[in-house]
Amino acid sequence: MWTRGRAAVRRPVAEGMTAVRVLAAMSGGVDSAVAAARAVAAGHDVTGVHLALSAKPGTLRTGARGCCTVEDANDARRVADLLGIPFYVWDFAQRFDEDVVADFVAEYAAGRTPNPCLKCNERIKFAALLDKAVALGFDAVCTGHYARLSVVDGRAELRRSADDGKDQSYVLASLRPDQLRHAMFPLGGSVKADVRAEAASRGLAVADKPDSHDICFIPDGDTRAFLDRRLGQRPGELVDDETGEVLGAHTGVHGFTVGQRHGLGLRVPAPDGRPRYVLSLEPVSGAVRVGAAERLAVREIVAERPVWPSGDALAGEVDCVAQVRAHGGTAPAVASVVDDRLVVRLSGELRGVAPGQAVVLYRQDGAGDVVLGSAMIAATS
Amino acid sequence: MTYLDHAATTPMLPDAVTAMTTHLNEALHARGNASSLHTSGRRARRLVEESREEIAAALGARPSEVVFTAGGTESDNLAVTGIYLARRTPQRRRVLVSAVEHHAVLETAQWLVEHEGAELTLLEVDAFGRVHDDTLRAAIAGDPGSVALVSVMWANNEVGTVNPVRELATTCAEHGIPFHTDAVQAVGAIPVDFAASRASALTLSGHKLGGPFGVGVLLLGRDVPCQPVLHGGGQEREVRSGTLDVTGIVATAAAVRVSVAGRAEQAERLAGLRDELVEAVRAVVPDVILNGDPGQSDVDGAPSRLPGNAHFTFPGCAGDSLLMLLDARGIECSTGSACTAGVAQPSHVLLAMDVDTDLARGSLRFSFGHTSTRADVRAVAEAIGPVVERARNAGLVGARRRVEVSAR
Repeated sequence: MWTRGRAAVRRPVAEGMTAVRVLAAMSGGVDSAVAAARAVAAGHDVTGVHLALSAKPGTLRTGARGCCTVEDANDARRVADLLGIPFYVWDFAQRFDEDVVADFVAEYAAGRTPNPCLKCNERIKFAALLDKAVALGFDAVCTGHYARLSVVDGRAELRRSADDGKDQSYVLASLRPDQLRHAMFPLGGSVKADVRAEAASRGLAVADKPDSHDICFIPDGDTRAFLDRRLGQRPGELVDDETGEVLGAHTGVHGFTVGQRHGLGLRVPAPDGRPRYVLSLEPVSGAVRVGAAERLAVREIVAERPVWPSGDALAGEVDCVAQVRAHGGTAPAVASVVDDRLVVRLSGELRGVAPGQAVVLYRQDGAGDVVLGSAMIAATS
Repeated sequence: MTYLDHAATTPMLPDAVTAMTTHLNEALHARGNASSLHTSGRRARRLVEESREEIAAALGARPSEVVFTAGGTESDNLAVTGIYLARRTPQRRRVLVSAVEHHAVLETAQWLVEHEGAELTLLEVDAFGRVHDDTLRAAIAGDPGSVALVSVMWANNEVGTVNPVRELATTCAEHGIPFHTDAVQAVGAIPVDFAASRASALTLSGHKLGGPFGVGVLLLGRDVPCQPVLHGGGQEREVRSGTLDVTGIVATAAAVRVSVAGRAEQAERLAGLRDELVEAVRAVVPDVILNGDPGQSDVDGAPSRLPGNAHFTFPGCAGDSLLMLLDARGIECSTGSACTAGVAQPSHVLLAMDVDTDLARGSLRFSFGHTSTRADVRAVAEAIGPVVERARNAGLVGARRRVEVSAR
């Protein structure tokens, strides 16, 4: 069943491929369950693994967070039973805490707004897990992500999902070619409704399980309280960006995100009565600068550490579509690489572009927009 | 299939299956509750009492000392909680248990700390995982009158080390302190005589020695005070209420009788297989570490290590990787104590033995039983080399951050 030596483990996963050894990451949710089922149906040699990401998992699920409890692990196990595949729980709690949770907290402390799902894909699922899988003789890691991936002649091409509403190419766009060559997203060409129907027709008990929302390691959904516990109170001032007037006090820049309108705690309305938004965060001084909506408008983005899923860096100035957060926030743009940084000039304008989020560039294509690259937003103007 | 996880559970003995199915078939047309007063009830009661006598005879206990429970965990809970509550006074709240106990004892003791005012002392073990009489004496010495209970397992379920139970129990007896021992792994594997051991209470589990799941026994000395944990109809000396599982009890008695009667011969055979396995693994993986007592000496005239236990650390490997790779080759073993979430935590037993955390994560237990043969040893000997090599490539990723590999 297992070939010896390392030669076999380099085999890339390609369209129309023969059966390979697949490690299916199974969260206990419906998407990863159907993804694993499709990998089995395609004739691959599949092993299911549930990643334990919390050192002290809850016993039962609370709310709509499908990944971190013992109940979720058991849901995944029952799917594996039905599919007739081996199933194990692997402990990645420490790695997850170091690479995702600690990073999440540090980013907020630095006045940025991180995307932990992106970080989890980049550091855990397609790094720590993939490394381990490949070393153990697997050819690919299969997940229930909604994105279309093809690998032709060793070249990876990542496209948006067929389901616009569920598309997750944004949180996968920071994967390198060597990671994508060993990835498998069997749901990329499907819409969620069909995936649920397929789960039901396959008799999977998770067919009706609610979608998971929010951040898996903050089960009560209260990000601000979570950050307060980790960072403590770091008092600062709310400052009018135009006049420099101090409008109020706050307990830490980690409680704010650029573009945020609610929860600012301002007692005095703006002189013109219009709503005020968070424009920028200054972690050193503790200032949260606020102002009118139009001051949020961004026309140019500078982003750091670009990653090219296809392996090809942008050449010259490239017309594309830029996306600045996981859902929505897209605009036509012209992008180029300047001194290892990505400079994105928007032809329209976007609001609420938060440093710490990724900007992902797409080339428009009728068969699904193709991901060109991704980088972390450092500055906007 | 190479099943080397007999310490988790072992196939039922044919005599136990016969006893069980015979009784189940009888139950098709007639079945009595052992507490009923009529003919069917008396018939059921007779089977229970004969089973009780059989178990008592096999283990050097009196029939009245045999309390049937629903398993090893319940027996441990009953002994630790029941004896503590019965003996607790404002001045007597100390509970001494070894640091390498099964969770059924450790968690119960911890619960008593959190809810019943107990003061817990974990008795340290040596590098083999053994509790020494000096350690126990030192722990008692300060204030013997304050100790409600001592619990030290007969043989460790993970590393197989056998404790000097008679010596420890005698020390407790000198001070009038009840001594409980979890003998789940010991019964049927090494000589166990309740009276000679001087223990006050002893736990055994049916399924670990070839009986059915869901039946346990607590041997409880006649003069040992014990509060019930389950309240109800007053069965089992009013210590353990609940309708008796006649079928399970009959089968458990058969398993105890057969496994104890055949113990010496079986132990010699299994120790032979175990030694062959250790030698074979060492030949292929020279830096492998055998954890626990080496098994070449004796404790109170009995083997110093469970005959069927081989517990290894493979440096640089993660236990879960090894387990998965062996499983894929049809070899079934264990990374140590199972956890509800299925996550392999570093074993508290190895940590108590001062094994480094990373080494503890790279451990595997192979445990032999009555169906084991030399073919099982050969299967492991053939597989272990490539499996360890591959697991080493995967390293301890997951547990520890690794340097990024640029060209995968």
